[in-house]
Amino acid sequence: MNPSDIPAPAPDPVRTGAAERAYSVRREKLILFLRNPQGMLGLFLVIMFFASAIFAPVFATHDPLTMDIPNRLSGPTADHWAGTDQLGRDTYTRVLYGGRVALEVAAIGVSVSLVIGLVLGMVAGFGPTWLDNLLLLIFDAIRSFPTVILALAAVALLGPSLKLVLAIVIVTSIPSYARLARTSTLALKRTEFILAERSLGASTPRILARHIMPNVIGPLLILSAMDVPVVVTIEAGLSFLGLGVQPPTASWGTVLNEGYLIIRDTPWMVIAGGIPLVLTTLGFTFLGEALRDIFDPKLRKGR
Amino acid sequence: MWWYLLKRLALSVVIILLAVAALFLMLHSIPGDPVSIALGPRATPEVQAAYAAKMHLDKPLYYQFLIFAGNVLQGDLGSDVFSNRSVALTLSEQLPYTIALAVAALGWAALVGIPLGCLSAIRPNSWLDRITGIISVGTIAVPSFLVSIWAILLFSITLRWLPVIGAGEEGDILSQLRHLILPAFAVGLGWVGYLARMVRASMLEVMGENYIRSARAFGLRPRTIVFRYALKVAILPTITLIGVGFGGLLSGTVFAEIIFSRPGVGKIIYDMVLARNFPVVQGAVLVTIALYVVVTLIADLMVSWLDPRVRESL
Repeated sequence: MNPSDIPAPAPDPVRTGAAERAYSVRREKLILFLRNPQGMLGLFLVIMFFASAIFAPVFATHDPLTMDIPNRLSGPTADHWAGTDQLGRDTYTRVLYGGRVALEVAAIGVSVSLVIGLVLGMVAGFGPTWLDNLLLLIFDAIRSFPTVILALAAVALLGPSLKLVLAIVIVTSIPSYARLARTSTLALKRTEFILAERSLGASTPRILARHIMPNVIGPLLILSAMDVPVVVTIEAGLSFLGLGVQPPTASWGTVLNEGYLIIRDTPWMVIAGGIPLVLTTLGFTFLGEALRDIFDPKLRKGR
Repeated sequence: MWWYLLKRLALSVVIILLAVAALFLMLHSIPGDPVSIALGPRATPEVQAAYAAKMHLDKPLYYQFLIFAGNVLQGDLGSDVFSNRSVALTLSEQLPYTIALAVAALGWAALVGIPLGCLSAIRPNSWLDRITGIISVGTIAVPSFLVSIWAILLFSITLRWLPVIGAGEEGDILSQLRHLILPAFAVGLGWVGYLARMVRASMLEVMGENYIRSARAFGLRPRTIVFRYALKVAILPTITLIGVGFGGLLSGTVFAEIIFSRPGVGKIIYDMVLARNFPVVQGAVLVTIALYVVVTLIADLMVSWLDPRVRESL
């Protein structure tokens, strides 16, 4: 087929004036993002993370719980690509399945804390001053508190579980979302279109949901990309200490923990358990920073 | 200035009081009746009532809380369930190890990170700046407990340069320092990146100010301008960052203490959680919060002392 045979796209009659300009700005930014090597590397690593976790059973070479005692503590071989652990379980497979725990915690933890943080932040920014101050005090207290010590105290009371890890992740992530949502809401509160909306008799929930939220959520989504490494690290760290996912379930933290106990016999487990953690962290950080620099350069300040 | 100091102190007190209240409520939500646990199942109701009266367990909750808060304010954190030793005494032995680790970690990170940030701000987008950027993101991306494990693998097991376990012989400074190197390296590594990025960002901002332009017009060398004049102002957000990030630093020391089996507050919390020795956990958590509050207070006061604009705004 000749290139000249392809019909030129007809100009869209609806997309005129301001809409056309907004569209071209968005397109320009997308091209800028696609040309950003750091962002592309990040996107690649993030896709790898999702794919390896979702399709873990497809990529796996063994069953994560099957033991192969004669070949225990082996280094990388043709059969066991990343060696085996003290029970002869395949480390490569266990690390793949560990990605599923990381993905689960990241997906649930980040989305729940994003929603709660968004609502609390808008309430703090839009509500009365005393409520704002109270919420700010609580956010600051939580944000600054050492996560591990909070987790240790909670585990002492409730016992270790994945649910508790999720709860800790959510509680400690809410403040950063809420603070960001609050700052944007405060800036919007006095703008003319909100005043106009109010004079038309719109209720506060309607203003928040229909007019404030769409303007606030963009930066929060970018922040959520940068929050994933934090969340994944908390899960791995707590599981490493034996406070999160319980054996025999595979998680990057438990693989690292079991590997650390036998570190003098074989180095491969702590290497194999750590690499995906580093790659995931790097990927989301690169992606988040590229998105932030292109779509919301203001966010950069103060971080 | 005094008004600011007063407000800031009040905030610290509120945070500590909230923490004490939260701990008290948490301890009360543990299932189990303390009287029957302390006396065993065969105690008669009379003995139980006498014990409850002696320990004020028959009083309402707010009364018990006031007694608890009063004891804490007097420095009495209760006693160890197993050894009956004073918790305050145990913690005062452990705290120096944690503080030494935190200071060493932050110290080496500042010594490396702040100059790196300055150098990359002198020539933005130069090769040095790019390398610093990559190093910063790289060090931030590796969690500190992973750094600890990999450092042990490389320096202790493969190369056999440094010891792994413990804090060194008591009284032997050299041995203690050798034991401090790896944990401090692991805890501080991420901070190198944080500090370098923070200093670079605020330095670039300061470099646009008028007084820097004047200095440049006088013909001072860029290096002199950056290190002697701009750094004084550019360091302020970094001090705030250290204050806010101190909680994260303490999380790092907890992991390092556990992995390297070093004595310290984090290690004792971990061990006592596993042993379900609640008075020690509670005391150690309180001490950590107090430590955190004091450090943020110092950081805030330092910034407001160095920068008059901050104290006006609060």
